[in-house]
Amino acid sequence: MAGYTEDELKEELKSQEYEFGFTTDIESEKIPVGLNEEVIRIISAKKEEPEWLLEYRLNAFKVWQEMTEPEWAHVQYEKPKFQEISYFAAPKKQYESWDDVDPEMKATMDKLGISMDEQKKLTGVAVDFVMDSVSVATSFKDKLAELDIIFCSFSEAVKDHPELVKKYLGTVVPTSDNFYAALNSAVFSDGSFCYIPKGVKCPMELSTYFRINESGTGQFERTLLVADAGSYVSYLEGCTAPQRDENQLHAAVVELVALDDAEIKYSTVQNWFPGDKEGKGGVYNFVTKRGICHTNSKISWTQVETGSAVTWKYPSCILKGDNSIGEFYSVAVTNNYQQADTGTKMIHLGKNTKSTVISKGISAGKSQNSYRGLIQIHPKADNARNFTQCDSLLMTDECGAHTFPYIECQNNSAKLEHEATTSKIGEDQIFYCQQRGLSEEKAISLIVNGYCKEVLNKLPMEFAVEAQKLLAISLENSVG
Amino acid sequence: MSDKLNNFIKNLDVSAAKFQQMAAERLGNLDFPTTKDEYWKYTRLGKLTKLELSKSADPDRLNLTKHIISNDYLVVVNGFIREDLSQYSKLDFEIDFLGSDRMSEEAYFDKGLNKKDVFSSMNSAFFEKVISIKIGASKINEGPLQIIYVSKGDHIISNTRLYIESGKSSQSEIIQTFIEKESTNSFTNHVTEVYVSENAHLRINKAQLEDDTNSLITTEQIHQEKNSVFKINTVTLSGALVRNNINIAVAGQNCETHMNGAIVTKNNETIDNHTFVDHRVSNCVSHENYKYVLGGKSTGVFNGRVVVQKDAQVINAYQKNDNILLSDFAKINSKPELEIYADDVKCSHGSTTGQLDEDAIFYLQTRGIAEDNAKKLLVRAFVGEVIESFENEHFEKYINTQLELIHGWKN
Repeated sequence: MAGYTEDELKEELKSQEYEFGFTTDIESEKIPVGLNEEVIRIISAKKEEPEWLLEYRLNAFKVWQEMTEPEWAHVQYEKPKFQEISYFAAPKKQYESWDDVDPEMKATMDKLGISMDEQKKLTGVAVDFVMDSVSVATSFKDKLAELDIIFCSFSEAVKDHPELVKKYLGTVVPTSDNFYAALNSAVFSDGSFCYIPKGVKCPMELSTYFRINESGTGQFERTLLVADAGSYVSYLEGCTAPQRDENQLHAAVVELVALDDAEIKYSTVQNWFPGDKEGKGGVYNFVTKRGICHTNSKISWTQVETGSAVTWKYPSCILKGDNSIGEFYSVAVTNNYQQADTGTKMIHLGKNTKSTVISKGISAGKSQNSYRGLIQIHPKADNARNFTQCDSLLMTDECGAHTFPYIECQNNSAKLEHEATTSKIGEDQIFYCQQRGLSEEKAISLIVNGYCKEVLNKLPMEFAVEAQKLLAISLENSVG
Repeated sequence: MSDKLNNFIKNLDVSAAKFQQMAAERLGNLDFPTTKDEYWKYTRLGKLTKLELSKSADPDRLNLTKHIISNDYLVVVNGFIREDLSQYSKLDFEIDFLGSDRMSEEAYFDKGLNKKDVFSSMNSAFFEKVISIKIGASKINEGPLQIIYVSKGDHIISNTRLYIESGKSSQSEIIQTFIEKESTNSFTNHVTEVYVSENAHLRINKAQLEDDTNSLITTEQIHQEKNSVFKINTVTLSGALVRNNINIAVAGQNCETHMNGAIVTKNNETIDNHTFVDHRVSNCVSHENYKYVLGGKSTGVFNGRVVVQKDAQVINAYQKNDNILLSDFAKINSKPELEIYADDVKCSHGSTTGQLDEDAIFYLQTRGIAEDNAKKLLVRAFVGEVIESFENEHFEKYINTQLELIHGWKN
């Protein structure tokens, strides 16, 4: 942990409830609550979208109306009232360039620890910042343009590169995929679009920061990332929301396309507001993330999940091409009354496809943390290989940790391994650390960090530090 | 009631006994599960539910010598108890045959069953007589009691029911063999209810050798009291659709629960094992090991579920499911589940799917063993771990003989 000492952590823990629980006073434009065709037309018109995209939205809306909310996940929550949500909220001013950005908005970003000025210079991370529904600014555009890399907000992409958006939108997550994907397809407001041309190795990490600011809004962003043949990109995503009493809805769709020989590394640090100690408020995080791998390509998902009242999320890989590789590394922490049902799906279609799944769950407080994963080997996927490991760590006697793996194999040359363990944080381990002069809190932080190391190591450096901090904060006073 | 279910049971009539009347009424509100039901996700009942079935008592004297592996045995043909074919001493096991009119006498009877389950409800409504086996307190039985369930004839439905109560500090073993004699397109719907008292040890060994057009669904409801040890071994070597639902409620502390399974297929079988261990109290151990060897176009399903209830601390639960796919068309669906609501636990599961090790086959070939035999040897060793856990050499020998007869494996 470079530049971050235990004493600093201690200071932080003292003051920390939910660090990102501030709201930003920015004049914003919010359309009335409710969802109907008219609202979708308004969203589309506001964004000056072409006819085909409006068609796409309306079609999705029709599909969504006929679907029912899924109930199979191991979570209990009050269903969102879809007619009481505003489906579009945007900061009123639109900016031409980074320098025009409202100082207050810049301050928000500073608080979030992603000061663009700083990052531009120091870390070389290009950031797309999405507040509520609209992408605010994207830094580093010019430098990326030199390499013909397109990294911009989704709306810009629709205007500037409609052929690419049209070609790939909805190809990985079809409209009818599930209830929330259909909802997103109908009302998605903005998000990021990224295209890496043939053979280009993206020289810096691309990053998006999502934030729900307005109350009574839902965030429905759409991310589409296309890595053309032989290219490489590492993409980071971070999420926060202000502290509010009501439950906010976040239903995003992320689609990744890795063409032949391409590699995509997608990292998420999710820190939506988890609700207070009584389980009041918090974000409902119902996200569909999926990538498709063509021949010899690789998609790697890494996620650190600490926030949200209810999480329902399965970043998946469709291993369509021969020799393609899918990876999933996850740390999911739940505390207080949080509920998480997360995991992955690895669909093996091509020959010699490989997948690795490492999932580490930590439950504390009165939370419920479930891993739900599917490994599916299709009849033509010769020599498919999967390794799955999901461990759960229990911190109190009131929380729950559950494992629901689905392993479906239809090819006799496949080699599949799955193992899962559930256990308590070792008292002897804590005792050992205490004996060496560490406080209980520090000992736990040490053990948890060691437990998650396999996953944290996969994160890019800047994110790893943030993730470690988040883990410590999320588990503060959690040992029962 | 759906037409399908109505049609399925149209040739069966309900007795006047209140117990069965009530079960029939319950059944009226149920329907066959579909693959949309999570509990039946991987198993299609289409073929079974289309069968036109009726019940029939078969009076023939059957020669079952090959299948008898114990001194005490009971024979049930098409759901009817055949005392003329059975042989047992009443000293070791208190055996009784109960008609449905006597059901109210048994405190535990029908209590634990899932009232929404269509097959066990069907069984409650239509069984002929219950075999009730009681093992007296402190009774230690050296030899096992065997129950042989025979399907004879075509398009037969048998609803067989077994009730076992093992008394305090008793020790015993029950063997159940499901076989067929010139039978096709038949269905056996079996329910076993078991009450294991304090300090009791009970072992159930099951062999399922149905015809490849016959189906078998068993529901086992087990209740364990404190300090008891319960073990259930299931061997399935044939059958069109074989489904075992084992539900174990561990209600007393310091219990041990073991479940083992060996499944070997070669044709079009669907073999589905659902196990559920409900750890309601602290300080218990459960251990599960299922091995599948699937050939032909067969499908294997394993769904093992362990629930550790809130405040059930110091639980050690382990599930293992290993699978070998021998043919290009065989399929396996494995779903080991852990649901933990307590914290001081050690729970884990492992599931592997793969094929025979080519190096091992090659090694055996270099030692002069033909490829075919080398494969059989390796598969035999793979399921051997389960077969050796039977703790009954006669049963073990019987399974080995059947493996040779049905699957052509030499020992």
